Amino acid sequence: MNPALAIGAALTGFCSYLGQVTELAAETFGSIFAGRVRVGLTLRQISHIGFGSQMVVIVTGAFTGAVFTAQTFFQFARLNMESAVGPVISVAMCRELGPVLTGLMVAGRVGAAMSAELGTMKVTQQIDALRALAVHPVDYLVVPRALAMIISVPLLVGECIFFGIASGYLVATKVLGVGSAYYMMNMYKFTEAQDIFMGVIKGFVFAVIIVFISCREGLYTRDGAVGVGRATTEAVVIGSLAVLIANFFMTMLLNIFFPAGVNG
Amino acid sequence: MSSVFIDVRDLVQRIGTQEILRGFSIPVIKGETLVLLGKSGGGKSVFLRHLIGLMKPISGQILVEGIDITHFNERQLEPIRRKIGMVFQDGALFDSMSVFENVAFPLRERGERNEALIAEKVHETLELVNMTGHEKKMPVNLSGGMRKRVALARAIVSPPEVILYDEPTAGLDPIVSDSINRLIRRMQRQLHATSIVVTHDMVSCYHIADRVALLNEGKVYFYGTVEDLKRTTDPIIRDFVDGRSDEAE
Repeated sequence: MNPALAIGAALTGFCSYLGQVTELAAETFGSIFAGRVRVGLTLRQISHIGFGSQMVVIVTGAFTGAVFTAQTFFQFARLNMESAVGPVISVAMCRELGPVLTGLMVAGRVGAAMSAELGTMKVTQQIDALRALAVHPVDYLVVPRALAMIISVPLLVGECIFFGIASGYLVATKVLGVGSAYYMMNMYKFTEAQDIFMGVIKGFVFAVIIVFISCREGLYTRDGAVGVGRATTEAVVIGSLAVLIANFFMTMLLNIFFPAGVNG
Repeated sequence: MSSVFIDVRDLVQRIGTQEILRGFSIPVIKGETLVLLGKSGGGKSVFLRHLIGLMKPISGQILVEGIDITHFNERQLEPIRRKIGMVFQDGALFDSMSVFENVAFPLRERGERNEALIAEKVHETLELVNMTGHEKKMPVNLSGGMRKRVALARAIVSPPEVILYDEPTAGLDPIVSDSINRLIRRMQRQLHATSIVVTHDMVSCYHIADRVALLNEGKVYFYGTVEDLKRTTDPIIRDFVDGRSDEAE
């Protein structure tokens, strides 16, 4: 195939994909603002997405916080800067690790489940049955999931940050012998409310990215069981990559509004 | 005086490079059961999907009670879809819901909140399709015939004006097929619904049809009553009706 044609086809495919995700998002927010919200279904999704993802987010946050603390301590100890470990951990957890780890975990656990569920419904004509019964699939399937993600993910980010910092504190003070008072004092001194705010904003954006990519994959599934498998894999891969790429641009953008280390 | 409820005019549809419908036109008379016959893969189900807006034609028109719905969007189609119930080939039951929840679904979605009334209507409808006692079962635990009965119950629980059946007896044994045929007939008598049945089962056709159409090469090749169909000597129609292929042994 001609390379120019191949690049053109890839670009067209990418633009078409973006268009489909954007159209789905526009239709979903349109339905939400028009009040077409099913409260029962949304609560069920919050339970599944928010409550059900807690363990994986807590374990990921806690062990990443612990290992990050240990590695930072090993390096800082050579410079006699052990008490600076606290602020490094807390700022990193709030601004980057908390939201990104939560985003990746949710993309893996929830994004895969969403695309597999909607994909199976698509290939078994259940979505056609919904439409035939005069029920709009976006209202019934996407709106509850989108609302649940938008509510749950920022809270999960907060949880991940808390357990990351808490485990870091325990490792630093109980295992590595850093003075508790110095650790806490420096952590408070260099951690701002805006650091937490930045993490929560990222959590909101990641929720939007993951839910619309996963639902798009599910709703466009074809070719039976093979198609469901393909949609699930693509939802996780594209969702995770989109979270990592969006994180970079959001860091650069949010740093303009919430510059890091202003009190330093 | 019979009136046309659905009027399909010059429908053209292509899937990939294959032209499935090539100027397909047919009137559907109010209160009658129209049976659409044709070879497998000939576009019968595709035609049904157009009637409720699940597919859009390349060209042509679909009029429901005189309203052109061909280019309606999903929201505009909702009031039309409330008038039409569809029984999908494999039932398309919601597999995360029990039989009861599946049948109650249209009632709840149309705003019914009185649980006692919902339960009463669901039980009445399940009785109509001989599925009483299976309310708590999940679709995965039902046989093919039972799934079709539940799908029919879901389609008629909020009585529609038109019922579309996509291969209602495909893959079923003759006894279950006969009970489905009787059920379709009973729906027409009790609900006075207009029915469109897509099938290639001639026994079913003779049992339920008021009018028959034969789809051949994307067009209506024959349109008439069951008696007209039985009398015809056209070789294409006779081959289909008598189940003869032109292949040598």
